Amino acid sequence: MAENKDYINRRRFMKNSFCGTFAAGIGGIAAVLLAKASKADTVWQIDPYKCVACGNCATYCVLEESAVKCVHAYAMCGYCNICTGYLEPTATNVDTGAENELCPTGAIKRSFIEDPYYEYTIDEELCIGCGKCVKGCVAFGNGSLFLQVRHDRCLNCNECSIAAACPSGAYVRVPADKPYILKGADHS
Amino acid sequence: MMNRLSYILILGICLLITCSQLQAAERFPPPEFENHVLPETTVPAPHQDIYEYIDVAVLFAALCLASYLVLKKRNRRYIFALMIFSLIYFGFWRKGCVCSIGALQNVALSLFDSNYAIPIGVLLFFLLPLIFTLFFGRMFCAAVCPLGAIQDVFLLKPIPVPRWLENALRLFAYVYLAVAILFAITGSAFIICRYDPFISLFRLSGSLNMLVLGGCVLLIGVFIGRPYCRFICPYGVILRQLSRVSRQQVTITPDDCIKCRLCEDACPFGAITRPTHQWPQTDYSMNKKRLAFFIVLLPVLVLLCGWAGNALSGSASRVHVTVRLAERIYAEDAGDVKDTTDASLAFRATGKPVKELYSEADVIREKFALDGCLLGAFLGLVIGIKLIGSTIQWHREDYQADRAGCVACGRCFQYCPREHDRLKKLNEHSK
Repeated sequence: MAENKDYINRRRFMKNSFCGTFAAGIGGIAAVLLAKASKADTVWQIDPYKCVACGNCATYCVLEESAVKCVHAYAMCGYCNICTGYLEPTATNVDTGAENELCPTGAIKRSFIEDPYYEYTIDEELCIGCGKCVKGCVAFGNGSLFLQVRHDRCLNCNECSIAAACPSGAYVRVPADKPYILKGADHS
Repeated sequence: MMNRLSYILILGICLLITCSQLQAAERFPPPEFENHVLPETTVPAPHQDIYEYIDVAVLFAALCLASYLVLKKRNRRYIFALMIFSLIYFGFWRKGCVCSIGALQNVALSLFDSNYAIPIGVLLFFLLPLIFTLFFGRMFCAAVCPLGAIQDVFLLKPIPVPRWLENALRLFAYVYLAVAILFAITGSAFIICRYDPFISLFRLSGSLNMLVLGGCVLLIGVFIGRPYCRFICPYGVILRQLSRVSRQQVTITPDDCIKCRLCEDACPFGAITRPTHQWPQTDYSMNKKRLAFFIVLLPVLVLLCGWAGNALSGSASRVHVTVRLAERIYAEDAGDVKDTTDASLAFRATGKPVKELYSEADVIREKFALDGCLLGAFLGLVIGIKLIGSTIQWHREDYQADRAGCVACGRCFQYCPREHDRLKKLNEHSK
């Protein structure tokens, strides 16, 4: 390869012009996209007003244990004794018996506040995000239970596999500095 | 920008108020406790943006280091060490997301969808390897890409792939690139991410199918060097073209080649080209005829593939969720199916007119038809140019690293006897 570096032959001229074209192309794409690129990252979230609690969140997440959990907007809750988010429709007794509970993992804790009110809190360690309680609560209660992507767990995949399987288009990308869509947020 | 933001905010607040009023027709009015304080709904924060910038910084540093190791240090061991670092950092530590290969789709979507703003970190992940490739060759493939690294680690018993088979299989990468861009710009899916064979291994979770697929690719990779990089990777297709015209290139040895062919045996990726000899007159005139034929064939191929892309776009559009939903609703309304799906029930619950859904689906189908046609034509062009290229002989005197195919793994440095000689002299000189 003892060619003179300064000597321009046809092949080198072609190469240089292609190189320039590619560089210009990359520069062009960079300029166009940098102009509209967002500084803030986005994260996945469920719009609770669109969610139909189909149960896909529990199974489609790439994590072994889904990043989606049930959360509770306490200000909206009726604190009912007979809670349709907590109890099986066929429950024989209104108590904490496992056979009466709707939640498959017993993740909802029921505690007595004052007559006749009970508070329902969610143990996120146990919750699998199946949305059974959400369905019950939305159908017959105030709809204070809803599903949210928990960002301490979510890997924020480029394409969320739950979003791809969501039947109601409830998954949206939201700005990372406002990462939750909470129900009844104006109450608090 | 500010205006639009405040508009969205006000709209959001209005929406929240109306929704809360809907909810305020609560079936069971929330009690007002005197002594009990309502618990707060916890909102764990997402990972800080800072991690993304650290990732970009590490990517940049790794690319710089890779270029130095490949072009100046010329040592396979150091390159391998950097590769392992990238595999651990980008693969197992950062869980393989975001990667430059997948970022391709974000860039495509951002170019065609004015509503999608690409995060700056993702954009840099796409651009940095391209820029480095334009200057130094495929340094990203050499030691930075975790997908390449995991395959390189598993490459134990390489067997050569015949040149014609390699050329044919490589077409798949172009098809994959075209299909990925088609689905990305229509907002249907990010298939590169969905069918990333190694991401399940990096995360040690995910669906069984993907784990098995990743295992299979690695198993093939034991015998065939980097099968994903060579025959599937859509980003590699772009890097190949840039590497062809890069300012600097990987050389097997800066010294004179003695044509021992050891490097050719050492390269597991078939990326070393042999010296050419003068074609006999009969071959020459036959190739001239073939060249003329392929040049005439080129527009035919472009048109044919464009037409095929258009014809296939109908079934491809079903990947888009709106099109699928519209077809389902149509089938239900026409009585073709008796049952319902979650999606169709959810759609009917929104009370949106069916006509609106159908027209949305039609817009997407039209988009698919046009883009499918264009991308089909692109594939036709690629095939045509490849055929034309097969009839042209480039003059080479030495064994050389193929500019496009070389992933700069550094194996040939180890095998070249001239390189051993050169290094020995260098060492003595430094002593």
